[in-house]
Amino acid sequence: MLQVKNLTKIYDGGVKALDNVTFDVPKGQFLAVIGLSGSGKSTLLRCINRLIDPTAGQILWDGDDITTATPEEMRRIRRKIGMVFQHFNLVHRSKVITNVLAGRLGYVNPAWSLLNRFPKEDMSKALKQLERVGIADKAHQRADELSGGQQQRVGIARALMQDPNMILADEPVASLDPVLAHSIMKHLEEINKNDGVTVLCSLHFLDLVHRYADRVIALNQGQLVFEGLPSEIDDKKFKDIYGRDAERVG
Amino acid sequence: MNDKNQKPSIWKSIRTGLIFLIVAVILAYGFEITKIDLEELRSEQRQQSLIRVTRALAQPDIFEYEKETQTFTAPVYVTCPTGGAVIAEPDTSGPYAIVTPECAEPGETVTVEGFNFFPNSTGPVRFVPGNDPTNVVELGNETALADADGHFVATLVLPNRPSEDVQFIRATMSRNVGAPKFTQTAHDTWEKIIETVFLALLATILGTLLAIPLSFIAARNLMKSVRSPLASISLSTLGWPIGIAVGILVVRMVANFTEPFTSNILVNLVSVVLIPVILTFAIRWALPQDDVASPPLGLQIARLGVLFLSALVGFFWMYQLAGLFMNVGESSTALLGSFAFLGRFLIQLGDILIVTTPVLGALAAGGVFSNFLGRIGQRASEKLNEGTVKTLNLIASAAAGATVLGLLGWLVEWLYQIGRPAYTQTGPIVVGAVLGLLLAIFTKAKDTLPTGLVIYYVTRTILNTLRSVEALVMAIVFVIAVGIGPFAGVMALGLHTIVSLAKLYSEQVESIQAGPLEAITATGANRLQTIVYAVVPQIVPPYISYTMYRWDINVRMSTIIGFVGGGGIGFLLQQNINLLNYRAASAQMIAIAVVVSIMDYVSSVMREKAV
Ligand SMILES: Nc1ncnc2c1ncn2[C@@H]1O[C@H](COP(=O)(O)OP(=O)(O)OP(=O)(O)O)[C@@H](O)[C@H]1O
Ligand SMILES: [Mg+2]
Repeated sequence: MLQVKNLTKIYDGGVKALDNVTFDVPKGQFLAVIGLSGSGKSTLLRCINRLIDPTAGQILWDGDDITTATPEEMRRIRRKIGMVFQHFNLVHRSKVITNVLAGRLGYVNPAWSLLNRFPKEDMSKALKQLERVGIADKAHQRADELSGGQQQRVGIARALMQDPNMILADEPVASLDPVLAHSIMKHLEEINKNDGVTVLCSLHFLDLVHRYADRVIALNQGQLVFEGLPSEIDDKKFKDIYGRDAERVG
Repeated sequence: MNDKNQKPSIWKSIRTGLIFLIVAVILAYGFEITKIDLEELRSEQRQQSLIRVTRALAQPDIFEYEKETQTFTAPVYVTCPTGGAVIAEPDTSGPYAIVTPECAEPGETVTVEGFNFFPNSTGPVRFVPGNDPTNVVELGNETALADADGHFVATLVLPNRPSEDVQFIRATMSRNVGAPKFTQTAHDTWEKIIETVFLALLATILGTLLAIPLSFIAARNLMKSVRSPLASISLSTLGWPIGIAVGILVVRMVANFTEPFTSNILVNLVSVVLIPVILTFAIRWALPQDDVASPPLGLQIARLGVLFLSALVGFFWMYQLAGLFMNVGESSTALLGSFAFLGRFLIQLGDILIVTTPVLGALAAGGVFSNFLGRIGQRASEKLNEGTVKTLNLIASAAAGATVLGLLGWLVEWLYQIGRPAYTQTGPIVVGAVLGLLLAIFTKAKDTLPTGLVIYYVTRTILNTLRSVEALVMAIVFVIAVGIGPFAGVMALGLHTIVSLAKLYSEQVESIQAGPLEAITATGANRLQTIVYAVVPQIVPPYISYTMYRWDINVRMSTIIGFVGGGGIGFLLQQNINLLNYRAASAQMIAIAVVVSIMDYVSSVMREKAV
């Protein structure tokens, strides 16, 4: 169970990216985060694993307060939260398998991992995850030799290596074509349904929201403007979220 | 904006005129102080020496031939004696020469005709004064060139040495035999050019190794987010001197303990081979690969103990290794013959190990203590209540300030021998303590301070300052410090390599993609892991290319660093120029040109391969 309470983030320049945001996510839910570009979706997701330090508010996860966690505690919290990015964020010059193994860095002894030594179980686990996302044959290729869709699968495999209880996906399909988008979303859905992993996923297309999300929250200029089921987004709500002039296409 | 620019303005014209005037004055002054004077170039004397030098440079002293020489001394009378000149028939079985006429007045021209000399030989034909045919004094500078039959004709103007007795004309004809050989200069040049290349190589390797860690500290994007609470900073500052002291003590104890065992090669061998095996097992146990759950406290302490023991054994191993190197080196030097340098290298390696082990030990212990105390500080300010943390901050920060300034004062005392403890001892300690207290009073107890940025700025400043000192100037300093020779050159070039590469490298670190960094951080990786998995793969190609570029510069620099006594070929070149031995200097310049262009080519090829 993730509880976000009165979360506010003001960037150094004075931009208020999150404004007193409060919501809960029950365990195992697939939550979509929607909103215009610049509404604060990425900021929200990054506050949850403290890639960004929030200015005020509280984030409780299974009772632990993430906002006040010490660096040592943060390591233990982060390793249970996988993250998937719009631009995949793979290390291009490293092999696919190394990128996937990097998901274990929170679990292995730092001293050994610096020498590129991972336990044997981790190696076989990495291959298994690659198999699960359907690109086992690419394991020893360089990451930048893969297509966008394949790279995002590597990103998902890396998140899976963390044995996550929660996955934060920041527009995971925004740089992919519609067909690939569905196949990536299906992977997330399968992880959510089969492994019971909570998924927070920011999305731009409402049809994807309708198809995959259990619940939706919407941000507008940092404020939470909607919270509910995907089917509850009618024309009026749509205009609240996306502004007066927005045209509904999806 | 635009029409303001187009409006003609008297001020603008005056300004243009003034700028022009200033530029002209600066140029004139520049000419004056750099003594540009074309008249000088055209003067007769300059022209001649220019020609001489140019010719010498065109004939580098690289090859020479074995020579075969034949001499014949032909009689001649200067002023015909009364009663006519009587000259015996020469022995025509060997080389011989005939002077016609056999007598003449001073200033008259005679013809010397030679027969049976080596074909195509050449040499001087000169007048030998006095009536001794073995006299070594010769006058004149005619040269003769024999044809394929060994026959030559030369003309000679008789000098003003009239005499009643017979005098002589000597032809010294020589020719090259066999293949060309390298001259002594060529050998010396070769030796020094090798020294030069290795000087550059060592400086580059040492510089690169030290520049890599520095470059991470000098990269803003990595250091920006490093913040720690005051208690942690002060305690880890205190940890350094304590750790270094403990490290030196411990390593010294190990050294004393090792002493009796080092002289025996067998003991050396066994311990050098066995200890790594034991250590591997010990470390495997003490540092398990998984970090899934916190182990119980007892186990943690046991593991720490094993790690400490492993460190002791590790130092023992290093001393044994040094002993092995020295023993093997010493006993093999005699056997190796012309490969004796390998033995000497081993001895040097052993020596280096013995010297560096205490330093390594001190630094390692310093790092460990600092890290450990810093963690305690971190934990304390996270877990304890505000008031306690504040008290801890006050005490630790005052102690750290006093220690740092006290050590600085000690350094100043040691350097300048002031001898006034009030200024160099009590003063700094009190001031440091007060500064520390003030810092602790004015920061909130649990606030974090931007340690990373402070370290970043300090490192940057030091790097920039050192980088602005030319390598040649550094070489002069090192020549004073460690004496003339290649060692000073290696130190100077190495230091310059460290600072300039650290700067270039850190710029590369600052320009990496932030995405992978973010992704690796999000997995729970710690800072070091993030660097190894997200930063290093991105910077390998530029690091290689900058290293090659630096290697290029170092080869170039090492050729001239000898001018100030830093070893290498520059020393020889400068000597020969000062001795006006331009043919030798020319050989060395050619060697430099060849080496620099080869290195240039090699490095460009390698750079292409790497990127
Ligand atoms: N590092 C930063 N420093 C200052 N302002 C920032 C920073 N990152 C984001 N912002 C600002 O915060 C606001 C929210 O940005 P955020 O990236 O969270 O939006 P988003 O909803 O993810 O947008 P998009 O859909 O385009 O990704 C924007 O106005 C943005 O300009
Ligand atoms: Mg975004």
